Amino acid sequence: MKKITVDPLTRIEGHMKVEVMVDNGEIKEASSTGTLFRGFEIILKGRHPLDANRLTQRICGVCPASHSTASALCLDDAFGIGGKITDNGRIIRNLILGSNFLQSHILHFYHLAALDYVDVTSVAKYKGDDPSLKSINDFIARGQLFPFVPRYEGDYRFKEEENIELVDHYVRALGMRMKAHELLAIFGGKMPHNVGTIAGGVTSKVTTDKIVNFLWRAKEIKEFVDNIYIPDVLKAAEVYSDYFTIGSGCGNLLAYGGFEQEGNEMLFKPGMVSTDLKKGNVDALKITEDVKSSWYADASTHKNPAEGETIPEPGKKGAYSFLKSPRYDGKVYELGPLARIAVNYVSGDEKVKTLVDSVLKKFKAGPDKLFSVLGRHAARAIDAKIVVDAMIEWVQQLKPGEPSYTQCDVPDEASGIGLTEAPRGALGHWITIKGGKIDRYQVITPTAWNASPKDDNDQPGPIEQALIGTKIKDEDNPFEIVRIVRSFDPCLACSVHLVDYKGNEIGVVDAGC
Amino acid sequence: MAKDTKTAEYPVIWLQGAGCTGCSVSILNSVSPSISNVLIDEVVPGKHVSMRFHATIMAGSGEVALKVLPDTKKELTGKYILIVEGAIPTADNGVYCELGDKTLLEVFKDMAKDALAVIAIGQCAAFGGIPAAEPNPTGCKGVMHVLKHNNIKVPVINVPGCPVHPDWFVGTVASIMLGGLDIEVDDLARPKLFYGGLIHENCPRRPDFDKGKFAEKIGDEGCLYELGCKGPYTSADCPERQFNSGINWCIKNGSPCHGCVEPEFPDKFSPLYKKIKVKE
Repeated sequence: MKKITVDPLTRIEGHMKVEVMVDNGEIKEASSTGTLFRGFEIILKGRHPLDANRLTQRICGVCPASHSTASALCLDDAFGIGGKITDNGRIIRNLILGSNFLQSHILHFYHLAALDYVDVTSVAKYKGDDPSLKSINDFIARGQLFPFVPRYEGDYRFKEEENIELVDHYVRALGMRMKAHELLAIFGGKMPHNVGTIAGGVTSKVTTDKIVNFLWRAKEIKEFVDNIYIPDVLKAAEVYSDYFTIGSGCGNLLAYGGFEQEGNEMLFKPGMVSTDLKKGNVDALKITEDVKSSWYADASTHKNPAEGETIPEPGKKGAYSFLKSPRYDGKVYELGPLARIAVNYVSGDEKVKTLVDSVLKKFKAGPDKLFSVLGRHAARAIDAKIVVDAMIEWVQQLKPGEPSYTQCDVPDEASGIGLTEAPRGALGHWITIKGGKIDRYQVITPTAWNASPKDDNDQPGPIEQALIGTKIKDEDNPFEIVRIVRSFDPCLACSVHLVDYKGNEIGVVDAGC
Repeated sequence: MAKDTKTAEYPVIWLQGAGCTGCSVSILNSVSPSISNVLIDEVVPGKHVSMRFHATIMAGSGEVALKVLPDTKKELTGKYILIVEGAIPTADNGVYCELGDKTLLEVFKDMAKDALAVIAIGQCAAFGGIPAAEPNPTGCKGVMHVLKHNNIKVPVINVPGCPVHPDWFVGTVASIMLGGLDIEVDDLARPKLFYGGLIHENCPRRPDFDKGKFAEKIGDEGCLYELGCKGPYTSADCPERQFNSGINWCIKNGSPCHGCVEPEFPDKFSPLYKKIKVKE
């Protein structure tokens, strides 16, 4: 068997390494490794509870709004004001989170994933007058092709004119994802790391000029999603159609649900779906985290996160990641847009059903094909459409002059939970407050599930399972590996942190740099 | 193939340590020049940023990508700019952040030695930031601290912020291209151009402070000082520049300033929503 190591696995958020063992051109074993550890929960202990909302955002600069949302829900719950958030407060939180779904999904498809499929160097042959393409043409002519080259060579299948069009869309998408951040800043103050979403609602006030500004920026992004993003994903699916059967993964999907609407109804429903397309209900108490393959002490393995205790042990024998292995009822689950779309699909959401069925019909495929590299990309594009369409409705429900914040007091002793959906899947925050300070803070992110290493029963994580069994055409240019991993849109900074801490010394020695 | 031999290339190596990628994402929000202008075009006439290594955007992965580091060191000794985003974990010999079988600490020291200059982008790279907050579980340090400790002599410019404003980054790079490394900086090595004035001095709510009109809770009119605003201790041009294409910024959005460009962020500025005296 031959070992292929991809380290760093670039064009994702954070630090990731993937190793596979290949025999006769087929992946037999795979390991996914998170290579950065910061210890956020240790840092949060003893701080003021309100600060958790600002600090946990800094877990991830690609999806900070997800953490500010989960953290605000968690603090609302602990402060006993979960049901008292004003309509303006609830809607603006959704607009902030939704704006970042759009920026994250557009960024992922065009700027993180697309370079595995699109050949930028094709623009060297461009003869037209488009200023942006001409400037790329000049760039190529100057001969310094970083950061687009070096790269894996070989399997770029688009025709020259398709490549040129997609490079043009890559540049336009840079502007669109920037616009999505502008959208967020209207009510969020700034982005990355908004200051709008806080316990009790949001800091921003509702005025008509903001509503109309938001509405028209959102419409512009909707145009892009409908007329560029979704068609480009479908075009990629036509040209790389074998990726409907590559990277199928563990076959189990899970979502917490998110975006509370009027009457407590969620835009994305909570639930679980497997390849049989039957819906199951989620019970957070059935979540456990294993550490057999993680650089943490074994004593804490296989516990519900609310009871977990974790001590870093870099260099632990047999371990290979700073990620732990979250499991549901002992089974492996994939989280993300595919899970959200599948759960809404089996929950009878007509709009999602129509969108998904139209994609499947185009490719004469059954729903089983959604469990694939292309299924994940298609689900993410549909996810973006569902969110932007809803945002355009929501912003019109805002009421100028009415409050968007509910005053709240920090209790001496309390606990809270905040569950939502991040662009990459279900996200949970848990807090315990003692003496008016944070006693324990826990975060479990979607990539912690998706990029998890083997659990105590040696079941590989979702990305590992998606890799195993894959045929590699060219071991020097293993496109299959990076295309599979990137289809999950991993966010490693989100996923690597200590999940619990109860005051144990962790044996950190300052080595004096 | 090279038809324009006059273009001067400014090779850049961008390393990411203990951070969140938020500064990279923020830089994508550069308005004028846009990020594609920065990467593709001549940012100033005749000068082009050649982004040789940046893990979030570069096409290559694994060995193909990693090889760029020793190649650049060899071909361009003393000529490349090293940009660091994120703090450097130093505890347990740097084991808490790795890049291709080496610790980030090793890679950083190795690349810094032969760089023309180092730019520390964002709060974490400049001062340690949140990863270095008490009890600093992974021994995170800012770039200058690690260089000093290892006796590596190379010019450093700090461009802090959580995240950095894209203009602060692009403006610093443009300053180097136009006038070299001799940029006017304050005692924290921050360009005075961007970090020269107190937020409190230029805040649109300053008249409220002067009149003694203070907000008592979020959503109130008035100066946010009583709600923990760190504007009186924070030097940056946020009030004039604002974020995200000039649409908004923290205080305009009804939030107190958290002081995210100062070394005091977050520990000495905590609790973030409480009024505290931190420095004269």
